[in-house]
Amino acid sequence: MSDNLPITRRDLLRRGAVGVAGIAAASGTVRAAERRFGHDPASHAAMMSLHDPMNATTRGRVVDGSIDPAVFLEHFDGGVVSELPDGRVLREFAVTAVDREIEVAPGVFYPAWTYNGQVPGPTLRATEGDVVRVRFRNGGTHAHTIHFHGIHGANMDGVFEVVAPGAEYVYEFEANPFGLHLYHCHAVPLKKHIAKGLYGTFIVDPRTPRPPAREMVMVLNGFDTNFDGSNEVYAANTVPFAYHHDPIPVRKGELQRLYMVNMLEFDLVNSIHLHGNLFHVFRTGTTTTPHEFTDTLMLCQGERHVLEFTFEHTGRFMFHAHQSEFTELGWMGVFNVIDGAVIA
Amino acid sequence: MSARRSWLLGAVPLVMLAVLVALVAGTGFLDFLRGGAPPVEDITFDRVTLAPGTITVELVNGGPDPVTIAQVTVDEAYWAFTITPDATLGRLGRARLDIPYPWVEDESHQIALLTSTGVTFEHEIAVARASPTLGADFFGLFGLIGLYVGVIPVAIGLLWYPFLRRIGQRWLHFVLALTAGLLIFLGFDALHEALETGATVAGPYQGPLIVLVGMLGAILALQAVTGARARVAGAEGRRTLAWLVALGIGLHNLGEGLAIGAAYALGEAALGTFLIVGFMIHNSTEGLGIVAPIAHDRPAIRTLLGLGFLAGAPTILGAWIGGAAYSPVLATLFLSVGAGAIAQVVMVLYGVVARETAGRPMWAPLTAGGLFAGLLVMYGTGLLVA
Repeated sequence: MSDNLPITRRDLLRRGAVGVAGIAAASGTVRAAERRFGHDPASHAAMMSLHDPMNATTRGRVVDGSIDPAVFLEHFDGGVVSELPDGRVLREFAVTAVDREIEVAPGVFYPAWTYNGQVPGPTLRATEGDVVRVRFRNGGTHAHTIHFHGIHGANMDGVFEVVAPGAEYVYEFEANPFGLHLYHCHAVPLKKHIAKGLYGTFIVDPRTPRPPAREMVMVLNGFDTNFDGSNEVYAANTVPFAYHHDPIPVRKGELQRLYMVNMLEFDLVNSIHLHGNLFHVFRTGTTTTPHEFTDTLMLCQGERHVLEFTFEHTGRFMFHAHQSEFTELGWMGVFNVIDGAVIA
Repeated sequence: MSARRSWLLGAVPLVMLAVLVALVAGTGFLDFLRGGAPPVEDITFDRVTLAPGTITVELVNGGPDPVTIAQVTVDEAYWAFTITPDATLGRLGRARLDIPYPWVEDESHQIALLTSTGVTFEHEIAVARASPTLGADFFGLFGLIGLYVGVIPVAIGLLWYPFLRRIGQRWLHFVLALTAGLLIFLGFDALHEALETGATVAGPYQGPLIVLVGMLGAILALQAVTGARARVAGAEGRRTLAWLVALGIGLHNLGEGLAIGAAYALGEAALGTFLIVGFMIHNSTEGLGIVAPIAHDRPAIRTLLGLGFLAGAPTILGAWIGGAAYSPVLATLFLSVGAGAIAQVVMVLYGVVARETAGRPMWAPLTAGGLFAGLLVMYGTGLLVA
């Protein structure tokens, strides 16, 4: 109403009204309009509750988010394991594309395209040199593929061999190199197929295992619920603020290994910032010696890194995108560091 | 008996229509027509008010389907909120959101609603200011706003009366034509504002058609009630005309007060203390228009005061309503009624001058020039307040 550039007579009246207010104030009939916080204990308390971090979050809980963030965090799928005649390990996976409406924020439903009915898709895991065989069935309404990152043949790349609805395709390759990889649909329009939810994590462990640690996976993603080309919801593992509402328990002194994959669409970069601590960065997870020791790390679309850290202090430590906007739109969580051996 | 039968016959199509509506609504026919298309959602922000630490939003569902408000963001951050009576709004249903948000004075804030289907609706608070709360302070402040913008300028304008009493009839006609000019200016302004406000109301309320109904309704009502009296020749006709002018201006000022009160309450009023002076100049012409018809009739002081009150006081009422309970629908209606009232006054004014100039050409340079001068005066003083 007040945004019109041509100033109308009534717009002018509005301005005049303030002049009147000035006169009114001067005449002593009104108190000063501005009431500020902090002058008395009651309003100070009100101010504190107003700035309670729990206010800056979604309202309610996600019930039908297709994954349970607490379970997904530590769930790795090694497939059905057998031994090939040549002695190599064969890992067989079954992945089905399914159209499914998922709850992407409490009470907000999004018509997703999923792998195995979940967003992100299952976290697939193999060891360097294993043979990976993925039987892909397209149970959706649009053509899809699975495009794995890694080293493999051209016809296993999931780009030109588009799988029609109802059709099947078997991807088979040797898991190489070791590192933190990902997979996603590469059917066109590409942006749409990724944004709708067709992506997941693919971990290839080195033959010599990394040191023992508590391991977690976080896929950074978002949802464009009104289809305007920008995200309304941001998250680690689909559910905004999931680990804010239910902090992740962490043992003090125990090595934590976080596999972090950025699958966010529309926004060019994403990031993670860890509170009260720094982490070692193993870029793309392709080395076993760290590249960097930091507390803030930037990730481009499709970029992923292995992070390792150990907490020396107990208490609640936040982690979130250092793009404050993403933080406040859902990509935020808390590690609850507990002293002692037992975590419920 | 036959009369009753006639009425019954008239009701037959209505009964048939009711049966048909029940059939269409009660069966799956509508779902069939819709063909599984997603619901159309249309939420209108009717009113947004600020209290220390709280943003309150009143919503209307203007779409055909129920809408559920799932989440709220303020400045692109999800925020806690309460919604009453229910998060789901039926067609034309209303709800009130209370958001405990530490808003920043004099800055702008963006509120967005995320519905259950992921659709967003946004509203910008242009300038964040604590909204007035109802009480002595509120009525005092908004009463003063109305007093300064409406009542005082009109009262000042009434002081033209001793001057007008002394000028000849030809020059009085000039002043009457000038009055018509300024009324046309005000009427056009009210119409423009009515259409603009009408464009912001929830769809089913059909804002632009509220303007048509309000404006024509006002014209017809005033014609029916006062048309005959205004056509009486002589002092009585002129006095009726004066009251009509006062009423028309009063209704216009009601709309004006409403807009000012709402803008001030909603924090849309920009700063500028000197402008009040401009308004006094600009609006004092309204008083001139009121006394012009009866300038030669020696009206009682009480009559003059009554006229001034009728023309100016509605500004105060409007400011109160606008500040306390602004609704775009109400504003559109008030503005269009004001436009209609003014249109009717101009018609009556034309009749009076035409009658008094009987036998002579009506559009003499003095009358035509007067009307044009009226437009110019309003435009010119309008520039002053810019």
